[in-house]
Amino acid sequence: MKTILTGNHAVAYAVKLSRVKVVSAYPITPQTTIVEKIAEMIAKGEMDAEFVNVESEHSALSVVYGSALAGLRSFTATSSHGLLYMYEMCWWVSNSRLPLVMAVVTRTIGPPWNIHTDHTDLMTLRDSGWIIAMAENAQEALDLTIQSFKISESLNLPFAVGLDAFVVSHTAEVVDVPDQETVDEFLPERKQAYRVDPNDVFAVGNIADNLETMRIRREMALDMEKAKGVIDEVGREFGEIFGRRYGLVEEYMVDDAEYIVVMTGAWSGDAKEAVDILRERGIQIGLLKLRYIRPFPREVIERLDDRKILVVDRSFSMGHRGTLGIEVGNVVDCKNVVAGLCGVDVGFEDFKEMFERFVRGELGEVEWWI
Amino acid sequence: MEWLKTLISRPSKGVSGKTGYWRTFKPIYDRDKCVLCYECYVYCPENCVEIVEKVVKIDYDFCKGCGICSEVCPANAIEMVKED
Repeated sequence: MKTILTGNHAVAYAVKLSRVKVVSAYPITPQTTIVEKIAEMIAKGEMDAEFVNVESEHSALSVVYGSALAGLRSFTATSSHGLLYMYEMCWWVSNSRLPLVMAVVTRTIGPPWNIHTDHTDLMTLRDSGWIIAMAENAQEALDLTIQSFKISESLNLPFAVGLDAFVVSHTAEVVDVPDQETVDEFLPERKQAYRVDPNDVFAVGNIADNLETMRIRREMALDMEKAKGVIDEVGREFGEIFGRRYGLVEEYMVDDAEYIVVMTGAWSGDAKEAVDILRERGIQIGLLKLRYIRPFPREVIERLDDRKILVVDRSFSMGHRGTLGIEVGNVVDCKNVVAGLCGVDVGFEDFKEMFERFVRGELGEVEWWI
Repeated sequence: MEWLKTLISRPSKGVSGKTGYWRTFKPIYDRDKCVLCYECYVYCPENCVEIVEKVVKIDYDFCKGCGICSEVCPANAIEMVKED
Protein backbone atom coordinates (compact mmCIF):
# COMPACT_ATOMS: atom_id res chain seq x y z
CA MET A 1 0.00 0.00 0.00
CA LYS A 2 1.38 3.40 -0.94
CA THR A 3 1.25 5.98 1.82
CA ILE A 4 3.13 9.03 3.10
CA LEU A 5 5.78 8.29 5.72
CA THR A 6 8.90 9.84 7.18
CA GLY A 7 12.04 7.73 7.07
CA ASN A 8 11.78 7.10 10.80
CA HIS A 9 8.17 5.92 10.57
CA ALA A 10 9.10 3.76 7.58
CA VAL A 11 11.68 2.03 9.80
CA ALA A 12 9.09 1.63 12.57
CA TYR A 13 6.61 -0.05 10.18
CA ALA A 14 9.38 -2.31 8.86
CA VAL A 15 10.14 -3.38 12.43
CA LYS A 16 6.47 -4.21 12.98
CA LEU A 17 6.24 -6.10 9.68
CA SER A 18 9.39 -8.05 10.61
CA ARG A 19 7.55 -9.31 13.71
CA VAL A 20 10.17 -8.01 16.13
CA LYS A 21 9.53 -9.24 19.67
CA VAL A 22 11.72 -6.98 21.83
CA VAL A 23 12.53 -3.28 21.38
CA SER A 24 14.59 -1.24 23.80
CA ALA A 25 15.83 2.28 23.24
CA TYR A 26 16.65 5.58 24.84
CA PRO A 27 15.35 8.71 23.11
CA ILE A 28 17.76 10.88 21.15
CA THR A 29 17.08 13.31 18.33
CA PRO A 30 16.77 12.51 15.44
CA GLN A 31 16.11 8.83 16.21
CA THR A 32 13.31 9.29 18.74
CA THR A 33 10.33 9.11 16.40
CA ILE A 34 11.28 5.55 15.35
CA VAL A 35 10.81 4.11 18.81
CA GLU A 36 8.01 6.55 19.64
CA LYS A 37 6.02 5.07 16.75
CA ILE A 38 6.90 1.52 17.79
CA ALA A 39 5.88 2.24 21.40
CA GLU A 40 2.56 3.61 20.10
CA MET A 41 1.92 0.51 17.98
CA ILE A 42 2.70 -1.77 20.92
CA ALA A 43 0.46 0.26 23.26
CA LYS A 44 -2.42 0.05 20.78
CA GLY A 45 -1.98 -3.71 20.50
CA GLU A 46 -1.08 -3.49 16.80
CA MET A 47 2.34 -4.95 17.45
CA ASP A 48 3.03 -7.98 19.64
CA ALA A 49 6.30 -7.03 21.32
CA GLU A 50 7.89 -5.96 24.60
CA PHE A 51 9.13 -2.37 24.79
CA VAL A 52 11.76 -1.97 27.50
CA ASN A 53 12.38 1.57 28.77
CA VAL A 54 15.95 2.10 29.94
CA GLU A 55 18.10 4.85 31.44
CA SER A 56 20.81 4.89 28.76
CA GLU A 57 21.84 3.65 25.34
CA HIS A 58 24.37 1.32 26.95
CA SER A 59 21.44 -0.34 28.70
CA ALA A 60 19.27 -0.27 25.56
CA LEU A 61 21.75 -2.36 23.61
CA SER A 62 22.36 -4.52 26.69
CA VAL A 63 18.64 -5.32 26.87
CA VAL A 64 18.45 -6.39 23.24
CA TYR A 65 21.75 -8.26 23.66
CA GLY A 66 19.91 -10.34 26.24
CA SER A 67 16.73 -10.76 24.24
CA ALA A 68 18.65 -11.66 21.09
CA LEU A 69 20.66 -14.17 23.12
CA ALA A 70 17.37 -15.60 24.36
CA GLY A 71 16.27 -16.18 20.77
CA LEU A 72 13.92 -13.27 20.16
CA ARG A 73 14.01 -10.98 17.15
CA SER A 74 15.23 -7.69 18.63
CA PHE A 75 15.65 -4.08 17.57
CA THR A 76 17.04 -0.80 18.88
CA ALA A 77 17.76 2.61 17.40
CA THR A 78 20.07 5.48 18.21
CA SER A 79 22.13 8.40 16.90
CA SER A 80 25.47 10.08 17.46
CA HIS A 81 26.20 10.40 21.21
CA GLY A 82 23.78 7.57 21.91
CA LEU A 83 25.77 5.29 19.62
CA LEU A 84 29.00 6.34 21.29
CA TYR A 85 27.51 5.73 24.73
CA MET A 86 26.57 2.16 23.74
CA TYR A 87 29.87 1.58 21.93
CA GLU A 88 31.15 -1.07 24.32
CA MET A 89 27.97 -3.09 23.87
CA CYS A 90 28.21 -2.78 20.08
CA TRP A 91 31.33 -4.95 20.28
CA TRP A 92 29.75 -7.34 22.77
CA VAL A 93 26.92 -7.93 20.32
CA SER A 94 29.13 -8.49 17.29
CA ASN A 95 31.84 -10.50 19.04
CA SER A 96 29.08 -12.66 20.57
CA ARG A 97 27.84 -13.22 17.01
CA LEU A 98 24.29 -12.17 17.92
CA PRO A 99 21.90 -11.31 15.11
CA LEU A 100 19.96 -8.13 15.85
CA VAL A 101 19.15 -4.87 14.08
CA MET A 102 19.81 -1.27 15.04
CA ALA A 103 18.76 1.84 13.14
CA VAL A 104 21.38 4.57 13.29
CA VAL A 105 20.00 7.94 12.29
CA THR A 106 23.27 9.64 11.41
CA ARG A 107 23.94 12.83 13.33
CA THR A 108 26.89 15.10 14.02
CA ILE A 109 29.00 14.29 17.06
CA GLY A 110 29.43 17.30 19.35
CA PRO A 111 30.65 19.61 20.66
CA PRO A 112 29.42 22.07 19.60
CA TRP A 113 25.93 20.65 19.89
CA ASN A 114 24.42 19.78 16.53
CA ILE A 115 21.57 17.45 15.61
CA HIS A 116 22.05 17.44 11.83
CA THR A 117 23.39 14.74 9.56
CA ASP A 118 27.01 13.63 9.35
CA HIS A 119 28.12 10.04 8.78
CA THR A 120 31.03 10.03 11.22
CA ASP A 121 28.92 8.44 13.98
CA LEU A 122 27.91 5.44 11.85
CA MET A 123 31.48 5.00 10.60
CA THR A 124 32.70 4.31 14.15
CA LEU A 125 31.13 0.84 13.70
CA ARG A 126 33.41 0.04 10.74
CA ASP A 127 35.86 -2.28 12.52
CA SER A 128 33.39 -3.87 14.92
CA GLY A 129 31.84 -6.69 12.91
CA TRP A 130 28.48 -5.03 12.29
CA ILE A 131 27.02 -5.11 8.80
CA ILE A 132 26.50 -1.44 7.90
CA ALA A 133 23.99 -0.24 5.33
CA MET A 134 22.92 3.27 4.42
CA ALA A 135 19.48 4.21 3.07
CA GLU A 136 18.98 6.92 0.47
CA ASN A 137 15.32 7.60 1.24
CA ALA A 138 12.35 6.42 3.33
CA GLN A 139 11.56 3.55 0.95
CA GLU A 140 15.10 2.22 1.19
CA ALA A 141 15.00 2.63 4.98
CA LEU A 142 11.91 0.40 5.10
CA ASP A 143 13.20 -2.12 2.57
CA LEU A 144 16.68 -2.40 4.10
CA THR A 145 15.21 -2.86 7.60
CA ILE A 146 13.10 -5.82 6.43
CA GLN A 147 16.10 -7.35 4.63
CA SER A 148 18.40 -6.65 7.57
CA PHE A 149 16.77 -9.26 9.81
CA LYS A 150 17.13 -11.96 7.18
CA ILE A 151 20.76 -11.06 6.43
CA SER A 152 21.73 -10.66 10.09
CA GLU A 153 20.12 -13.94 11.13
CA SER A 154 21.63 -15.97 8.31
CA LEU A 155 25.17 -14.77 9.15
CA ASN A 156 25.01 -14.40 12.94
CA LEU A 157 26.22 -10.80 12.60
CA PRO A 158 24.42 -7.66 13.84
CA PHE A 159 23.12 -5.17 11.29
CA ALA A 160 23.07 -1.33 11.43
CA VAL A 161 20.64 0.43 9.11
CA GLY A 162 21.84 4.00 8.61
CA LEU A 163 19.64 6.89 7.53
CA ASP A 164 20.46 10.60 7.39
CA ALA A 165 19.13 12.89 10.12
CA PHE A 166 16.10 14.91 9.01
CA VAL A 167 16.84 14.58 5.28
CA VAL A 168 15.51 11.01 5.52
CA SER A 169 14.43 10.59 9.14
CA HIS A 170 11.93 13.47 9.28
CA THR A 171 11.09 14.01 5.60
CA ALA A 172 7.73 12.59 4.57
CA GLU A 173 7.55 10.98 1.16
CA VAL A 174 5.60 8.31 -0.68
CA VAL A 175 6.49 4.86 0.61
CA ASP A 176 5.18 1.53 -0.62
CA VAL A 177 4.47 -0.44 2.56
CA PRO A 178 4.16 -4.17 1.87
CA ASP A 179 1.44 -6.28 3.46
CA GLN A 180 2.14 -8.65 6.34
CA GLU A 181 1.56 -11.86 4.36
CA THR A 182 4.15 -10.95 1.74
CA VAL A 183 6.72 -9.96 4.37
CA ASP A 184 6.06 -13.27 6.18
CA GLU A 185 6.70 -15.08 2.91
CA PHE A 186 10.03 -13.25 2.51
CA LEU A 187 11.20 -13.28 6.13
CA PRO A 188 11.24 -16.68 7.85
CA GLU A 189 11.21 -17.37 11.59
CA ARG A 190 14.32 -16.21 13.42
CA LYS A 191 17.31 -18.53 13.38
CA GLN A 192 20.65 -18.16 15.15
CA ALA A 193 23.72 -20.20 16.02
CA TYR A 194 22.99 -20.51 19.72
CA ARG A 195 20.58 -19.22 22.31
CA VAL A 196 20.01 -19.29 26.04
CA ASP A 197 18.27 -22.44 27.14
CA PRO A 198 17.51 -22.95 30.85
CA ASN A 199 17.96 -26.70 30.34
CA ASP A 200 21.39 -26.38 28.75
CA VAL A 201 23.50 -24.06 30.89
CA PHE A 202 26.48 -22.29 29.35
CA ALA A 203 28.44 -19.07 29.84
CA VAL A 204 29.17 -16.25 27.37
CA GLY A 205 32.06 -13.89 28.05
CA ASN A 206 34.28 -16.63 29.41
CA ILE A 207 38.05 -16.35 29.28
CA ALA A 208 39.37 -18.21 26.24
CA ASP A 209 42.72 -19.21 24.85
CA ASN A 210 44.48 -16.46 22.82
CA LEU A 211 44.93 -18.52 19.67
CA GLU A 212 41.38 -19.87 19.80
CA THR A 213 40.10 -16.30 20.21
CA MET A 214 42.08 -15.17 17.18
CA ARG A 215 40.59 -18.09 15.26
CA ILE A 216 37.04 -16.90 16.02
CA ARG A 217 37.94 -13.41 14.77
CA ARG A 218 39.19 -14.98 11.54
CA GLU A 219 35.93 -16.90 11.14
CA MET A 220 34.07 -13.64 11.70
CA ALA A 221 36.14 -11.99 8.96
CA LEU A 222 35.35 -14.88 6.60
CA ASP A 223 31.64 -14.64 7.42
CA MET A 224 31.77 -10.91 6.71
CA GLU A 225 33.21 -11.77 3.28
CA LYS A 226 30.43 -14.34 2.83
CA ALA A 227 27.96 -11.56 3.70
CA LYS A 228 28.58 -9.96 0.30
CA GLY A 229 26.97 -12.91 -1.47
CA VAL A 230 24.15 -13.15 1.09
CA ILE A 231 23.36 -9.43 0.75
CA ASP A 232 23.18 -9.65 -3.04
CA GLU A 233 21.11 -12.86 -2.89
CA VAL A 234 18.65 -11.49 -0.30
CA GLY A 235 18.45 -8.22 -2.26
CA ARG A 236 17.67 -10.12 -5.47
CA GLU A 237 15.00 -12.21 -3.72
CA PHE A 238 13.51 -9.03 -2.21
CA GLY A 239 13.36 -7.59 -5.72
CA GLU A 240 11.48 -10.61 -7.04
CA ILE A 241 8.85 -10.38 -4.31
CA PHE A 242 8.54 -6.62 -3.83
CA GLY A 243 9.74 -5.27 -7.19
CA ARG A 244 12.66 -3.26 -5.79
CA ARG A 245 16.01 -4.96 -6.19
CA TYR A 246 18.83 -4.42 -3.70
CA GLY A 247 22.49 -5.32 -3.34
CA LEU A 248 25.81 -4.03 -2.08
CA VAL A 249 25.77 -1.03 -4.41
CA GLU A 250 23.50 0.88 -6.75
CA GLU A 251 25.04 1.72 -10.11
CA TYR A 252 23.72 4.88 -11.74
CA MET A 253 24.97 5.29 -15.33
CA VAL A 254 28.20 3.53 -14.39
CA ASP A 255 28.58 1.15 -17.36
CA ASP A 256 29.90 3.60 -19.95
CA ALA A 257 31.12 6.24 -17.50
CA GLU A 258 34.59 7.68 -17.80
CA TYR A 259 34.14 9.56 -14.52
CA ILE A 260 32.57 7.92 -11.47
CA VAL A 261 31.45 9.50 -8.23
CA VAL A 262 31.30 7.23 -5.17
CA MET A 263 29.15 8.19 -2.20
CA THR A 264 26.54 6.93 0.27
CA GLY A 265 23.32 8.11 1.88
CA ALA A 266 20.52 10.56 1.17
CA TRP A 267 22.47 13.09 -0.87
CA SER A 268 23.12 10.46 -3.56
CA GLY A 269 19.70 11.53 -4.88
CA ASP A 270 20.87 15.14 -5.33
CA ALA A 271 24.10 13.91 -6.89
CA LYS A 272 22.15 11.83 -9.43
CA GLU A 273 20.44 15.04 -10.57
CA ALA A 274 23.85 16.62 -11.12
CA VAL A 275 24.94 13.50 -13.03
CA ASP A 276 21.85 13.92 -15.26
CA ILE A 277 22.76 17.55 -15.98
CA LEU A 278 26.36 16.69 -16.91
CA ARG A 279 25.16 13.76 -19.03
CA GLU A 280 22.91 16.13 -21.00
CA ARG A 281 26.07 17.99 -21.91
CA GLY A 282 27.66 14.78 -23.15
CA ILE A 283 29.96 14.21 -20.16
CA GLN A 284 30.27 10.50 -19.45
CA ILE A 285 29.81 10.53 -15.70
CA GLY A 286 28.11 8.03 -13.43
CA LEU A 287 27.46 7.44 -9.74
CA LEU A 288 28.24 4.40 -7.62
CA LYS A 289 26.16 4.49 -4.46
CA LEU A 290 27.56 2.36 -1.66
CA ARG A 291 24.49 0.87 -0.07
CA TYR A 292 26.78 -1.09 2.25
CA ILE A 293 29.91 0.14 4.01
CA ARG A 294 30.50 -3.23 5.69
CA PRO A 295 31.09 -5.59 4.13
CA PHE A 296 32.93 -3.21 1.82
CA PRO A 297 32.09 -3.75 -1.88
CA ARG A 298 35.77 -4.06 -2.74
CA GLU A 299 35.31 -6.25 -5.83
CA VAL A 300 32.87 -3.79 -7.41
CA ILE A 301 35.36 -0.96 -6.96
CA GLU A 302 38.29 -3.03 -8.23
CA ARG A 303 36.49 -3.33 -11.57
CA LEU A 304 36.53 0.47 -11.90
CA ASP A 305 40.31 0.83 -11.87
CA ASP A 306 40.37 2.18 -15.45
CA ARG A 307 38.01 5.09 -14.62
CA LYS A 308 38.55 8.45 -12.93
CA ILE A 309 37.03 8.29 -9.47
CA LEU A 310 35.83 10.91 -7.03
CA VAL A 311 34.74 9.97 -3.52
CA VAL A 312 32.40 12.41 -1.79
CA ASP A 313 32.50 11.97 1.97
CA ARG A 314 30.19 13.04 4.75
CA SER A 315 32.60 11.75 7.38
CA PHE A 316 36.23 12.49 8.08
CA SER A 317 39.02 10.60 9.78
CA MET A 318 41.10 13.20 11.60
CA GLY A 319 44.72 13.02 10.52
CA HIS A 320 43.95 11.31 7.20
CA ARG A 321 41.15 11.74 4.62
CA GLY A 322 37.42 11.35 4.36
CA THR A 323 36.45 7.92 5.69
CA LEU A 324 35.19 6.57 2.36
CA GLY A 325 38.14 8.28 0.66
CA ILE A 326 40.38 6.00 2.72
CA GLU A 327 38.24 2.96 1.98
CA VAL A 328 37.96 3.47 -1.77
CA GLY A 329 41.52 4.83 -2.03
CA ASN A 330 42.70 1.56 -0.56
CA VAL A 331 41.38 -0.20 -3.69
CA VAL A 332 41.78 2.33 -6.55
CA ASP A 333 43.21 5.82 -7.04
CA CYS A 334 40.65 8.49 -6.25
CA LYS A 335 40.11 12.15 -5.48
CA ASN A 336 38.30 12.94 -2.24
CA VAL A 337 35.87 15.75 -1.44
CA VAL A 338 34.81 16.21 2.17
CA ALA A 339 31.45 17.95 2.26
CA GLY A 340 28.27 18.30 4.26
CA LEU A 341 29.89 17.61 7.62
CA CYS A 342 27.91 18.83 10.63
CA GLY A 343 24.71 19.02 8.59
CA VAL A 344 25.98 21.58 6.08
CA ASP A 345 23.48 21.52 3.24
CA VAL A 346 24.82 20.26 -0.08
CA GLY A 347 22.40 20.40 -3.00
CA PHE A 348 22.48 19.37 -6.64
CA GLU A 349 23.98 22.75 -7.62
CA ASP A 350 26.95 22.08 -5.35
CA PHE A 351 27.33 18.64 -6.89
CA LYS A 352 27.09 20.10 -10.39
CA GLU A 353 29.94 22.50 -9.64
CA MET A 354 31.92 19.81 -7.79
CA PHE A 355 31.58 17.29 -10.63
CA GLU A 356 32.47 19.92 -13.25
CA ARG A 357 35.67 20.71 -11.37
CA PHE A 358 36.37 16.98 -11.03
CA VAL A 359 35.96 16.44 -14.79
CA ARG A 360 38.19 19.45 -15.53
CA GLY A 361 40.86 17.94 -13.29
CA GLU A 362 40.77 20.85 -10.86
CA LEU A 363 40.28 18.86 -7.66
CA GLY A 364 43.18 18.15 -5.31
CA GLU A 365 43.68 14.90 -3.44
CA VAL A 366 41.49 16.01 -0.53
CA GLU A 367 39.23 19.04 -0.90
CA TRP A 368 37.02 20.50 1.79
CA TRP A 369 33.78 21.75 0.23
CA ILE A 370 33.35 24.73 2.51
CA MET B 1 30.71 -22.57 12.96
CA GLU B 2 33.89 -23.64 14.79
CA TRP B 3 33.76 -20.34 16.69
CA LEU B 4 30.89 -21.48 18.85
CA LYS B 5 33.00 -23.91 20.89
CA THR B 6 35.32 -21.07 21.96
CA LEU B 7 32.70 -18.36 22.32
CA ILE B 8 30.61 -20.14 24.92
CA SER B 9 31.71 -22.37 27.76
CA ARG B 10 29.96 -24.99 29.80
CA PRO B 11 31.11 -24.39 33.36
CA SER B 12 31.99 -27.20 35.72
CA LYS B 13 33.97 -27.22 38.93
CA GLY B 14 37.64 -26.56 38.25
CA VAL B 15 37.28 -26.24 34.47
CA SER B 16 39.57 -23.18 34.50
CA GLY B 17 41.96 -24.67 37.08
CA LYS B 18 41.99 -24.58 40.87
CA THR B 19 42.13 -20.95 41.95
CA GLY B 20 42.93 -21.70 45.61
CA TYR B 21 46.64 -21.38 44.89
CA TRP B 22 46.21 -17.59 44.68
CA ARG B 23 45.70 -17.54 48.45
CA THR B 24 48.11 -15.70 50.79
CA PHE B 25 46.04 -16.01 53.97
CA LYS B 26 44.08 -19.13 54.79
CA PRO B 27 40.87 -19.07 56.83
CA ILE B 28 41.07 -21.50 59.76
CA TYR B 29 37.77 -22.45 61.36
CA ASP B 30 37.22 -23.11 65.07
CA ARG B 31 34.13 -25.25 65.68
CA ASP B 32 34.14 -24.49 69.41
CA LYS B 33 33.67 -20.73 68.86
CA CYS B 34 31.17 -21.09 65.98
CA VAL B 35 27.56 -20.09 66.74
CA LEU B 36 26.23 -21.37 63.37
CA CYS B 37 24.92 -17.95 62.33
CA TYR B 38 25.67 -18.75 58.61
CA GLU B 39 27.17 -15.28 57.99
CA CYS B 40 30.32 -16.82 56.40
CA TYR B 41 28.13 -18.97 54.17
CA VAL B 42 26.10 -15.96 53.05
CA TYR B 43 29.03 -13.58 52.50
CA CYS B 44 31.61 -15.84 50.82
CA PRO B 45 31.88 -14.28 47.32
CA GLU B 46 33.31 -17.49 45.86
CA ASN B 47 30.70 -19.85 47.25
CA CYS B 48 33.46 -21.78 49.01
CA VAL B 49 31.67 -22.20 52.34
CA GLU B 50 29.38 -25.11 52.98
CA ILE B 51 27.81 -26.10 56.31
CA VAL B 52 27.56 -29.83 56.68
CA GLU B 53 26.04 -31.33 59.83
CA LYS B 54 26.51 -28.08 61.79
CA VAL B 55 30.18 -27.78 60.79
CA VAL B 56 31.59 -25.11 58.44
CA LYS B 57 33.53 -26.62 55.54
CA ILE B 58 35.78 -24.35 53.46
CA ASP B 59 36.76 -25.51 49.97
CA TYR B 60 40.48 -24.70 49.89
CA ASP B 61 40.70 -25.68 46.19
CA PHE B 62 38.88 -22.45 45.35
CA CYS B 63 39.10 -20.20 48.45
CA LYS B 64 41.31 -17.24 47.44
CA GLY B 65 41.78 -16.08 51.02
CA CYS B 66 39.90 -12.80 50.78
CA GLY B 67 39.06 -12.94 54.49
CA ILE B 68 35.46 -11.80 54.25
CA CYS B 69 34.23 -14.85 56.19
CA SER B 70 36.61 -13.99 59.01
CA GLU B 71 35.60 -10.32 58.92
CA VAL B 72 31.86 -10.98 59.14
CA CYS B 73 32.07 -13.75 61.75
CA PRO B 74 30.54 -12.34 65.01
CA ALA B 75 32.14 -15.10 67.12
CA ASN B 76 35.73 -14.74 65.80
CA ALA B 77 35.55 -18.39 64.80
CA ILE B 78 37.55 -17.90 61.57
CA GLU B 79 41.16 -16.80 61.81
CA MET B 80 43.26 -15.77 58.79
CA VAL B 81 46.64 -17.50 58.95
CA LYS B 82 49.49 -16.81 56.54
CA GLU B 83 50.12 -19.65 54.12
CA ASP B 84 53.44 -21.47 54.39
